[in-house]
Amino acid sequence: MSVIVQLFDELITVLQTMLQILPYLVGYVALIMATTVIWRMVKRFLTPKSDFGSLKTVTFGDASAVTSNMAASVISVVFIFLVWGAFTGSKLVPGFVHMPGAFQGEVTFSYDIELPDGATTSAQAKVVVFPAGTAAPAVEIEEGTGSAKNDAIAIQSYRNKLLAWDKNDEFNRKAGARIVAIEGQPVSAGGEVELDNLRVAVTSKGTLNIEPNKGVQMEKIWLPAPEDVVSRLIEIGSEGFKNITLAEHLAYSLFRVVVGFIIGAAVGIPLGYAMGLSDWFRGWFDPIVEFMRPVPPLALIPLVIIWAGIGEVGKIILLFLAALWIMAIAARSGVSGVRISKVHAAYSLGASKWQVMRHVIIPNSLPEIFTGARVAMGVCWGTVVAAELVAAEKGVGMMIMVAAKFQQTDIVILGIVVIGIVGLAIDLLVRWAERVMVPWKGRG
Amino acid sequence: MSGLSIQNISMRFDLPNGSSVQALKNVSLDLKKGDLMSVLGPSGCGKTTLLNIVAGFLAPTEGQIMLNDHVVKGPDAERGMVFQQGALFEWMNVRENVGFGPRMKGMPKAEMNETVDHLLDVVGLRDFKEKAVYELSGGMQQRVALARCLANDPDVILMDEPLGALDALTREKMQSLVLKLWKETGKTIILITHSVEEALLLGERLLVMAPRPGRIHREYRLPFADLGVNADLREVKKHPDYAKTREEILSMIWDMEEEIMGRQEEQA
Ligand SMILES: Nc1ncnc2c1ncn2[C@@H]1O[C@H](COP(=O)(O)OP(=O)(O)O)[C@@H](O)[C@H]1O
Ligand SMILES: [Mg+2]
Repeated sequence: MSVIVQLFDELITVLQTMLQILPYLVGYVALIMATTVIWRMVKRFLTPKSDFGSLKTVTFGDASAVTSNMAASVISVVFIFLVWGAFTGSKLVPGFVHMPGAFQGEVTFSYDIELPDGATTSAQAKVVVFPAGTAAPAVEIEEGTGSAKNDAIAIQSYRNKLLAWDKNDEFNRKAGARIVAIEGQPVSAGGEVELDNLRVAVTSKGTLNIEPNKGVQMEKIWLPAPEDVVSRLIEIGSEGFKNITLAEHLAYSLFRVVVGFIIGAAVGIPLGYAMGLSDWFRGWFDPIVEFMRPVPPLALIPLVIIWAGIGEVGKIILLFLAALWIMAIAARSGVSGVRISKVHAAYSLGASKWQVMRHVIIPNSLPEIFTGARVAMGVCWGTVVAAELVAAEKGVGMMIMVAAKFQQTDIVILGIVVIGIVGLAIDLLVRWAERVMVPWKGRG
Repeated sequence: MSGLSIQNISMRFDLPNGSSVQALKNVSLDLKKGDLMSVLGPSGCGKTTLLNIVAGFLAPTEGQIMLNDHVVKGPDAERGMVFQQGALFEWMNVRENVGFGPRMKGMPKAEMNETVDHLLDVVGLRDFKEKAVYELSGGMQQRVALARCLANDPDVILMDEPLGALDALTREKMQSLVLKLWKETGKTIILITHSVEEALLLGERLLVMAPRPGRIHREYRLPFADLGVNADLREVKKHPDYAKTREEILSMIWDMEEEIMGRQEEQA
């Protein structure tokens, strides 16, 4: 029972999170609507003539009624990059779309001190906020003439830092000196003062906790700017990540997929043919295939690692298993799906059993096999990345996993983009091969 | 004897649920070389089953098929078959489809090309030689199927509703083509059809079958096929006997269908 209660709590959390996202979603949809209206107006302005096509409405169930609007696709992608650039202060987008960034630069503020004997004095603190990834600059300020000396401190952007203002003074906190005001605003221990670009808090121990304004842009380790990802691409493309270039990582991942898939197909297709042609083979392998098919290949990773380690053999066994069942089932249904009249026609044209196999059954099963190959390649690509995330020495999955450990978010994003592009390329390649090799698909 | 002899064929299908269907019972029939026979009957009366037995795809539970004094023991190039549709090989173009039989026999390439070219001329598809079959219209596809069957020079041609999926106009043209091919090649042809008109036009002999169990109900000898070889089929339909025979057969089949319906209602 307690599980149900726990899960219910989780569900509430999830729903609450979704509720927080809802306004943004609504805003996004509103934007889509607004761009449609604007686009239509622009179009009407450009081509004032009205045609019957403009009367077309959405017709459900008629696939030809709605085609993808190219302009919408372009705007959609541009918008993604705009938002990405705006929240990362990217140089690729014009400055006015930038969200307020984190403060960087120099501020000086004054603070008033009450001494143990009740007298007050004041001093200045100079703060320099420098960007992450650069060395902290040396900050200097005249000490001044009072009993409280001026202070200087360098703080990295997005960080905060304690300022022990009394360390250079002629008195100290232990003796009872304390800050009573910052830039004229009264403050005591535990309180804080908002300045233009800084938030200055007085800790319970009396030191100053200085926190530069963070703005609403994303910190690099959360989300790097697009140009950072591109420059990473160039860097990893030439120098490599951990001394291995991106091309080499990719080559390893693709090698595993291609070899695993080819072996899987080389075993799976004959297996599927045997199952489609012989009731004994079908009976023998049905339980195995039907059981293995719903097991996600990812669930096999731990076992494969135990048995074969994290080297190439283990990876290829995993991908072989990922492709094997899909290809076997595809070949099986390709064989059993042959129209009996085609087989009869071949026999009554004088073909032998073997000739029927060679000239009818096998070519007839090719469309199904290509469908299977497309699915299998997709599954293999997903599986290899996941397997590399778990354990590997090379490969794109390994690259992003290691990069994530070192908070190199730009590499992680780069890796995800590359994985997406390669996945798409594989799919297009198989589809192209299908068009060339089985042009009759779906037209029997 | 030279010809096709269907001798006392019975066919029972045992169903998985333990019952069985008597698809054919004691069917006997003799066809001389060059006979053109059309077969009519309500659906389910065993026409396809009979043709499949003659083709050798099914072994009858009783009886045997003799062709030119030997017993039929399975499918063979001596008995060609034309199916309704979808029996062409999409992975081959028109030329390869028509040349399939000769190629399986191992006919020399030059001779094969000659055969194919000749047959494509006969069925009027000379310009479509290199086309993919799925790019052709239904009527053209059936022309390819006819040519493919003829390429093997079979003794008997079996057709199971070969024109059933075509539109009326194309169908009429194809009926003329079948008659032309029959006269030119002198083949023995059995043609199953659902259309009484087609059966009248394409049947020198017309067999009407009755269901449950499937059996021969009546046989006609008709003059229309011979007339149609040299004349417009629409002219043939004006023949005084044509309408009369048509009405007779229509009402015969109508009665059979009524009876089937009645029996089904009884069972329900
Ligand atoms: N393979 C089969 N298994 C079981 N019953 C069959 C099979 N083939 C045909 N039948 C039955 O035999 C009867 C005759 O079928 P068929 O020859 O296809 O009729 P027709 O072609 O005249 O419409 C039908 O009742 C059908 O259900
Ligand atoms: Mg039938």
